[in-house]
Amino acid sequence: MEKKATRYGYSEALLEMGAVDQNIVVLDADLSRSTSTELFMKKFPERFFNLGVAEQNLMGVAGGLSLMGKIPFATTYSIFASGRAWEQLRTTVCYSNLNVKIGGSHAGVMTGPDGASHQALEEITLTRVLPNLTVFVPCDYIEAKKATLAAAKIKGPVYIRLGREAIPIITTADTVFEPGRGIVMRPGTDLTIIACGVMVNEALQAAVALQERGISARVVNLHTLKPLDETLIEKCARETGAIVTAEEHEIYGGLGGAISEAIVKSWPVPVEMVGVKDQFGESGQPEELLRHFNLKDTDIVAAAEKVLARKNKKQGI
Amino acid sequence: MDIEQLKTKARKIRYDIIKMIAAAGSGHPGGSLSSADLLTALYFSKLKHRPREPFWADRDRFVLSKGHCAPVLYACLAESGYFPVEKLITLRQLGSCLQGHPSCRGLDGVEVSTGSLGMGLSVAVGMALGARLDNKKTRIYCLMGDGETQEGQIWEAAMSAGHYKLDNLCGIIDSNKLQIDGRVQQIMNIAPVADKWRAFGWNTLEIDGHDFKQILSSYDQAEKTTGQPTMIIANTVKGKGVSFMEDREEWHGKAPSKDLAEKALKELS
Ligand SMILES: Cc1ncc(C[n+]2csc(CCOP(=O)(O)OP(=O)(O)O)c2C)c(N)n1
Ligand SMILES: [Mg+2]
Repeated sequence: MEKKATRYGYSEALLEMGAVDQNIVVLDADLSRSTSTELFMKKFPERFFNLGVAEQNLMGVAGGLSLMGKIPFATTYSIFASGRAWEQLRTTVCYSNLNVKIGGSHAGVMTGPDGASHQALEEITLTRVLPNLTVFVPCDYIEAKKATLAAAKIKGPVYIRLGREAIPIITTADTVFEPGRGIVMRPGTDLTIIACGVMVNEALQAAVALQERGISARVVNLHTLKPLDETLIEKCARETGAIVTAEEHEIYGGLGGAISEAIVKSWPVPVEMVGVKDQFGESGQPEELLRHFNLKDTDIVAAAEKVLARKNKKQGI
Repeated sequence: MDIEQLKTKARKIRYDIIKMIAAAGSGHPGGSLSSADLLTALYFSKLKHRPREPFWADRDRFVLSKGHCAPVLYACLAESGYFPVEKLITLRQLGSCLQGHPSCRGLDGVEVSTGSLGMGLSVAVGMALGARLDNKKTRIYCLMGDGETQEGQIWEAAMSAGHYKLDNLCGIIDSNKLQIDGRVQQIMNIAPVADKWRAFGWNTLEIDGHDFKQILSSYDQAEKTTGQPTMIIANTVKGKGVSFMEDREEWHGKAPSKDLAEKALKELS
């Protein structure tokens, strides 16, 4: 399978848009090589601003540019965008409903050797509580590109969670990307695996393994964490009666938390969560870390078996 | 407006401030009163704006970074004609567009929501960059408190404005020497203020923030300055214009009682 990092989907989309729309401006905080916004800087230097190691100012300056009619893409590592500058994101950007786009790269344990300080595992939690904000967690390079293009068309703030590591490309140019609408990647009737980011691929692998055991698992790619596709989530709960969530992120307040909140309001069914559980990351190689934190297809299979046992017990089977 | 008219207008602004804070039963009179002359001069003699066309593209921009001084901003907006002066007494009431700290949601003339200190100057820097990208003559103004400049983000913004040589940006510090818990110098000394801004690449002016001649001339000097942003350090008196509030830390963030409000309003009428 071809692999490419989602951060490149982001920066290539910026290049594409930059060529046709003078209002696209890109900001970075001394990480333009890592985030790959340097592509934009080289092509459109007059519309690129490197604010240095100053993420709170980065967020506010992006806000000011948006107020002058620009469409700023403020870019840094995900932990700094969502953590260091959280209150600027909240009060300057979201409360004022400014047209600021935030690209947070190097999310998740797959950031690898840099270790816990750089592996953002909390941004879904931190961003999805902010009114007016749209939150995208693309599953591959192609989707990251589409999410970035879509972000520019949305009027209001958008957060895009991106990764450093090359990950499998599992969607195609034809896959429809509609903000706020999850994608059923694989049909299934016994349970639904709802995943985001790199875990969509793991979920698809898990579904194949489950099929071999006679279990039919539906796989949903939930690329938008806010607004949440509550209609689809309820439909999956009703139709399959069990849910496994899978995220390369903290389950508390993350995808697992979001799905749970949604289904207790609509159609409660057993839920198992695959994700990081109240832990910080660690240094290591990306694949090794996925295994270490139990974020592999095999972990999803185990969670599926557990959730099915709960579902059957509930139904008295 | 000439200086005599500005003086009269500033009295009215101060009157409005006391009136609305008294009606609300809470709010921040001290820093609103200390910056009343600075903002009166800005709104009535300097700023290019069209109160009846609040989103006029070529307007100058004003950011109230010290958002707790919303009353002085609301008074200036109302007195300029953005909304009826009678509306001022709805300050801090449920459903009013006059939120305790400025919100751009629902109140034209407020460019961006503030209230958390230290954030406004960054926004002003972004506005200045945006104006420059479009070759606009727009000028950007940002008012900060002296205590507020203890925030780290202020210095991130200061550095970036100096770096980008934003001569369309004019910062104003309401240097009233007080913050909530006491004297700025005692709580966390920020001196030497002018040297700090100069070191960050700013053209720095020190004025008497209650002298209209000096205020207007500093705004003009800022406009004439090229290749550098300007910071006007305005020496002021917190609570200025209301005798019992002047230079008293306890009037930072409380409303006067009915009796004291009457006394204050009498002094201001
Ligand atoms: C980030 C943040 N921290 C604390 C506060 C609470 N607060 C409101 S006003 C103030 C003191 C501000 O002093 P100064 O900037 O000198 O304002 P002024 O004297 O002009 O009223 C504080 C600490 C706040 N609004 N924002
Ligand atoms: Mg002060």
